[in-house]
Amino acid sequence: MNEARILSEQETAEILAAADHYPDKSAASVEALKIVQKYRGWVSDDALKSVAGLLKMSPDELDGVATFYNLIFRKPVGENVILCCDSVSCWMLGADRIRERLSERLGIGLGETTADGRYTLLPIVCLGACDRAPVLMVGEELYEDVDESKIDELLKRYGEAWTNR
Amino acid sequence: MDKPLTQNIKPDLSAVTLDDYRRTGGYEGWAKALKDMAPMDVIEAVKDAGLRGRGGAGFPTGVKWSLVPQGESAGQKYVVVNADEMEPGTFKDRLLMEADPHQLIEGVAIAAYAVQADTAYIFLRGEYHLSARRLEQALAEARSAGYLGKNILGSGFDLEIHLHTSAGRYICGEETALLNSLEGKRAIPRAKPPYPQTSGLWGRPTVVNNVETLCNVPHIIRNGVDWYRGLGRGEDAGTKLFGVSGRVKKPGLWELPMGTPVRVLIEECAGGMRDGYTLRGFLPGGGSTDFLLPEHLDLPMDFGAMMKAGSRLGTGTMVVLDDRTCPVRMVLNLERFFAQESCGWCTPCRDGLPWVVELLEGLVAGRGRPEDLDLLEQLARLMGPGNTFCALAPGAAAPLQSALKYFRPDFERYLKPASSARVA
Amino acid sequence: MANITIDGQTHEVEAGDNLLKICLSLGLDLPYFCWHPALGSVGACRQCAVVQYRDESDTHGRLVMACMTPVTDGLRVSLEAPEAREFRASVIEFLMTNHPHDCPVCEEGGECHLQDMTVMTGHTFRRYSGLKRTHRNQYLGPFINHEMNRCIACYRCVRLYRDYSGGRDLDVFASRNKVYFGRFEDGVLESEFSGNLVEVCPTGVFTDRTFSAHYVRKWDLQHAPSVCVHCGVGCNTSPGERYGTLRRIVNRYNGEVNGYFLCDRGRFGYGFVNSERRIREPMLRGEPVSGETALTHLQGLLGGHTIGIGSPRASLEANFALRELVGAEHFYAGLAQGEASLAAAILEVLRHWPVHVPSLSEVEQADAVLALGEDVANTAPRLALALRQSVRNRAFERADRLKIPRWQDAAVREAAQDDKSPLFVATPSATRLDDIAEAIYRGTPEAIARLGFAIARRIDTNAPAVSDLPPEDALLAERIGDSLAAAARPLIVSGIACGSLATVRAAANIALALSNRREGGAIDLCYVAPECNTLGLAMMDGRSVQEAFAAAKTRDVNTVIILENDLYRRADGGAVDSFFNGTRHVVVVDHIRHGTAAKAQLLLPGSTFAETEGTLVSFEGRAQRFYSVMPGSGEIRDSWRWLADAGAKRWANVDALTAACAAAFPEFGPIRHAAPPAGFRIEGEKIPRQPHRYSGRTAMNAHRDVHEPKPPDDPDSALAFSMEGASVEVPPALLPFVWAPRWNSNQQAVNKFQDEVGGALRGGDPGVRLLESPEMPEPRWFDEVPSCLRDETRWRAIPLYHVFGSEELSVLSPPLAERLSAAYAALHPEDAEKLGVAEFLAVRLNERLIRLPLRLEPSLPRGAVGLSAGLPGLLRTDFPAWIAIETGRGEP
Ligand SMILES: Cc1cc2nc3c(=O)[nH]c(=O)nc-3n(C[C@H](O)[C@H](O)[C@H](O)COP(=O)(O)O)c2cc1C
Ligand code: SF4
Ligand code: FES
Repeated sequence: MNEARILSEQETAEILAAADHYPDKSAASVEALKIVQKYRGWVSDDALKSVAGLLKMSPDELDGVATFYNLIFRKPVGENVILCCDSVSCWMLGADRIRERLSERLGIGLGETTADGRYTLLPIVCLGACDRAPVLMVGEELYEDVDESKIDELLKRYGEAWTNR
Repeated sequence: MDKPLTQNIKPDLSAVTLDDYRRTGGYEGWAKALKDMAPMDVIEAVKDAGLRGRGGAGFPTGVKWSLVPQGESAGQKYVVVNADEMEPGTFKDRLLMEADPHQLIEGVAIAAYAVQADTAYIFLRGEYHLSARRLEQALAEARSAGYLGKNILGSGFDLEIHLHTSAGRYICGEETALLNSLEGKRAIPRAKPPYPQTSGLWGRPTVVNNVETLCNVPHIIRNGVDWYRGLGRGEDAGTKLFGVSGRVKKPGLWELPMGTPVRVLIEECAGGMRDGYTLRGFLPGGGSTDFLLPEHLDLPMDFGAMMKAGSRLGTGTMVVLDDRTCPVRMVLNLERFFAQESCGWCTPCRDGLPWVVELLEGLVAGRGRPEDLDLLEQLARLMGPGNTFCALAPGAAAPLQSALKYFRPDFERYLKPASSARVA
Repeated sequence: MANITIDGQTHEVEAGDNLLKICLSLGLDLPYFCWHPALGSVGACRQCAVVQYRDESDTHGRLVMACMTPVTDGLRVSLEAPEAREFRASVIEFLMTNHPHDCPVCEEGGECHLQDMTVMTGHTFRRYSGLKRTHRNQYLGPFINHEMNRCIACYRCVRLYRDYSGGRDLDVFASRNKVYFGRFEDGVLESEFSGNLVEVCPTGVFTDRTFSAHYVRKWDLQHAPSVCVHCGVGCNTSPGERYGTLRRIVNRYNGEVNGYFLCDRGRFGYGFVNSERRIREPMLRGEPVSGETALTHLQGLLGGHTIGIGSPRASLEANFALRELVGAEHFYAGLAQGEASLAAAILEVLRHWPVHVPSLSEVEQADAVLALGEDVANTAPRLALALRQSVRNRAFERADRLKIPRWQDAAVREAAQDDKSPLFVATPSATRLDDIAEAIYRGTPEAIARLGFAIARRIDTNAPAVSDLPPEDALLAERIGDSLAAAARPLIVSGIACGSLATVRAAANIALALSNRREGGAIDLCYVAPECNTLGLAMMDGRSVQEAFAAAKTRDVNTVIILENDLYRRADGGAVDSFFNGTRHVVVVDHIRHGTAAKAQLLLPGSTFAETEGTLVSFEGRAQRFYSVMPGSGEIRDSWRWLADAGAKRWANVDALTAACAAAFPEFGPIRHAAPPAGFRIEGEKIPRQPHRYSGRTAMNAHRDVHEPKPPDDPDSALAFSMEGASVEVPPALLPFVWAPRWNSNQQAVNKFQDEVGGALRGGDPGVRLLESPEMPEPRWFDEVPSCLRDETRWRAIPLYHVFGSEELSVLSPPLAERLSAAYAALHPEDAEKLGVAEFLAVRLNERLIRLPLRLEPSLPRGAVGLSAGLPGLLRTDFPAWIAIETGRGEP
């Protein structure tokens, strides 16, 4: 597999720059996968093999790492990944209702992606905002004190998903 | 009252800039350490100040640093910041990093000087995007102001701090799993001994400290040991960020003296329970601590007092259980978390926790058998400290075993099939 | 030493070891999974829990994992404390929540570590009522089956495959109770040590696919102590037979040689025994005849000039029987010419120089290694695995300094990072040890030899100098020389396969130089010999087939008797043909049809290692006895018996022959003691080859006879083809298989047979060493340093070896054959470009023009042509050093 052809110059440069922070290239594995994900949304087998080559790891070794971390996506995800906190404080303050509402509005369950590829719904552990529970994260944005009414607003901001409900 | 950790934090929680930070004495501790103190002096000061780790275990920070080999032959060493905050109910380090990143940087710098490490890593959980941006910004500011880099402030000491953002998994917070993760591996904990101080990151001597722990350090160096010891109200020194979440009127986070009674936190700071709810219990320091009861309200939030009461101070951010939340379901929520976050290395955790979840799910679904409660008790006991490879599973056992102790009738209620629908 | 108390009993034991190993060594039954004597401790499975007490007054104690607990003086523990028992049972119960209940159809059943531990801990009742997690399995190639649902996540597979063996294509994926052990994608496991997964996995996740194809339970297999015949290392094996076919090979522990592990050539190469190409009946001029007819005919051929050509893949006894039949002066060892001269040179060094041939366990202790010329990973794989362990000595030293016990596997690896003891690899092309080498040198055999001479010179200025050494080579020689000189236990590895006398001698000079530095102390030196008895044959006679051909030219040969040897693998086809043409009668005794067998007027069905007894001499100079696993069927006879019967030399049994051989060659004296004699008895009884649960004895022949047949006699050994007999305190050399009450799995049951777990077998590791360092060494410097001149018109031919393919017998095993490639030639890409060749290369080999598929191999030196050695399509292993390429243009 020709690494250069799979990874863009930009990706390669960023990965190598990240690797500079460590005495050992393979330490940048997680960061490299996140860089790939930043550009592609997820990490395909081919991309993973290329990253492995760049970091002098075997694909097996790198995939062992990739599949360990829940924020590395080895399957395609939607444009907007919605992370619903399901840990104790949010749960206590109605996270289930929020999640159900989202499911209903998007027509997908946890772990699924809308047919138009706009949203993926995933559970996430405590987001460190328990005093503002329940909370959600969409992309890199944290949404606190979420209630059902806010969900409509939120989906307007990111664009309504097309569903065949 | 002195609130060194949060003194600079602005009401809108925007990041304290370098200038703001310096205005209240920022980086003075760093300059003082470099100019006036030998590394051993710094370690002694932190030891004498009585600073104990804020990451959950409460290990004396100065003692930890003193275990790092010193001298020429010690070779490459590292300081690593544990910024993987993911314990359910915990939300303190995020504030410190988002709102006052320089304070952490200064703390890291002093720690690095104390153990003579020229490289430090901040291991930040992946979801803390804002913290990442603000830390990067602050690191750049600190570099250009000469607080980091080569020959810092003319001292001959070099230091580079790298921000490493992670990609999920609670186990990364376990300090040795964190080191593996930082090395780009699966976050599996390591056997201890050897401790990181002798063989840590890439097998080199390493200090791992929590964000909040390190944020205390600049103040200790600048204001002195006596001042710091004077801050605590009880056995332990200094102040601490305490938080309350759950069905209280004003959930939040406050900097208060160590040893502040639980009652003050819940009733005064958090404004007491929401109307119509009463307090049934609380997890004093996050999801991996044991439940305590209203009868424990007057205990001080100290490492020792919490331990004596059968729980732990943990992260000092408490989760409150109210009378309308089912403790069994709350425990189920917690156990699902722990089962899911198990790294998969050791048997009792990897295969025992899913079983606990299965039993609890059966219970709330009305499929419980009377012997299940004994079984749950047994499982909690089997996953106790020392039995598993790391402290994740014992952490999972804590709320389970204490709930079985304090809320047994709630569990038993589920055994009567008809009742399961009623409780929700 | 430490005094410790276990359940009230005091024991004096080695301090510093881990408690689990100590308990097992004391014979106590403490369950475990993730620990392995060769892999060390990681504390993952939590199965080995015991209660530790602070002191006498402590009645509560606390649970600790025995495998992670260092033994110190005064240690007090209990294995039997209820808390410990409860915890251990619960670990099994946890594991069982996901483990399928498929023992009845699982191939591990009956030798399953998990089964044993389940019974041992007393977990009998299932309390978990949830669903089990399930996994998808992968295709892992022709050797290994994958059944992930059975996984108990002990992590032994990845630790063995990756950490211990250096494989990179097996790993652990995902986390929590979803951890998955396999490959990134379906595909053949690359490592030549993959077969060890079968034994190291405590359940049936990784099973032997070749066994699976004709599976029987372990307890229905008939075993014998055997020795691998697929290279010169001499790994001990335990082959298993049922219904007259060989079903599988498992490791037979030998603390000095192979320890717990085999290579895949040895494990999966057994298929030739069952092959279609077996010679099963005597054939006279292509027609089957009875054994008696054949023998009478053979006797008739013996008058006149009769010569015998022996074989480095046959036993000493069979070769000696041939030698006795034809007379010493007419016996030729049957090596190829190059092999013969190299073997002679090697023997000269081993006999007269201050050197010590290390066993593999000693190899693992080397703290600086130079591999000079030999591609060990392909010619002696198990040795390469030992070298891979040797580089860890630096890690152990660092661990010692940090007070990390050496058995703390993960911690030691972490502390050491990439710090390795130096291993220098100087070979003509890339090897599978390069990844752990401190420095790599690539060059022609002459260049490698020159480097070697220069290293010797660097260590001892009395050694001959090398002129015109390129400056970078000189620097490397200094570096290697200094490294070896500074080491506490340096090791030089070279061998026959590199085909270069100069290299073999350069290695000797280095050893001598090192020895001179240490006041004549013996230096570890091993020379890899290609076949299972190359060294033995060289010791016996050493004359090549070419010498036989030459003899035939001077005096007409009436009869040639060829023992277990395909001459077409030893000499150029044309030369072999003309030899046969000039010989009146050709007699071949062998078990496999090949080019030579096809020329035989009289073809006699000989025995494979699985059907006969004998002695093989490994490259260590270790004489080891192997035993028949099953009687030869039909007309198949011990090769030596055909020859003995032909000569009417009625040795009563193989022991008599061994003794005669030992008497004829003083150097072979010790071989009589390689194993107990045939008359050996334990309380009057023989040792059964069959486990005591061997089933179906009356049923298996019921289509012929409902009575249980009388087991065949075995006059040649103290073993019986039976389940009856004495199976306690069996001498290690006679152990057909290991089993102990409550321990059914091979790798764990052996604990009960060792002095100390992971150490020597109780009674001593099998085999006797024939070549100890001479008491009065008489070395002299070899001073013929080859020149560095490049031949401008011809190309240096370099044999390239393949673990799967270069050895004659294993390639006949169908699963191994799947891993073969056809013969090829290789060039450095730039040479290929200069020559304008891309897909094929035509080379002139001994007057014949051969066209071979071309591979581009950037690691080859310029001006060299790599030629696959032994792969189908190009059998000769004895290349001329220089060859011509036919392109019509271009010189190197
Ligand atoms: C499962 C697990 C998760 C942990 N997570 C964190 C964490 O997110 N942040 C943290 O500072 N410490 C965490 N810890 C504690 C660390 O292992 C370690 O004790 C701490 O970082 C030491 O720093 P301190 O001495 O400054 O408290 C965790 C421990 C365990 C067992
Ligand atoms: S207790 Fe064991 S399986 Fe659980 S997280 Fe720790 S090491 Fe991993
Ligand atoms: S053998 Fe001790 S923990 Fe696995």
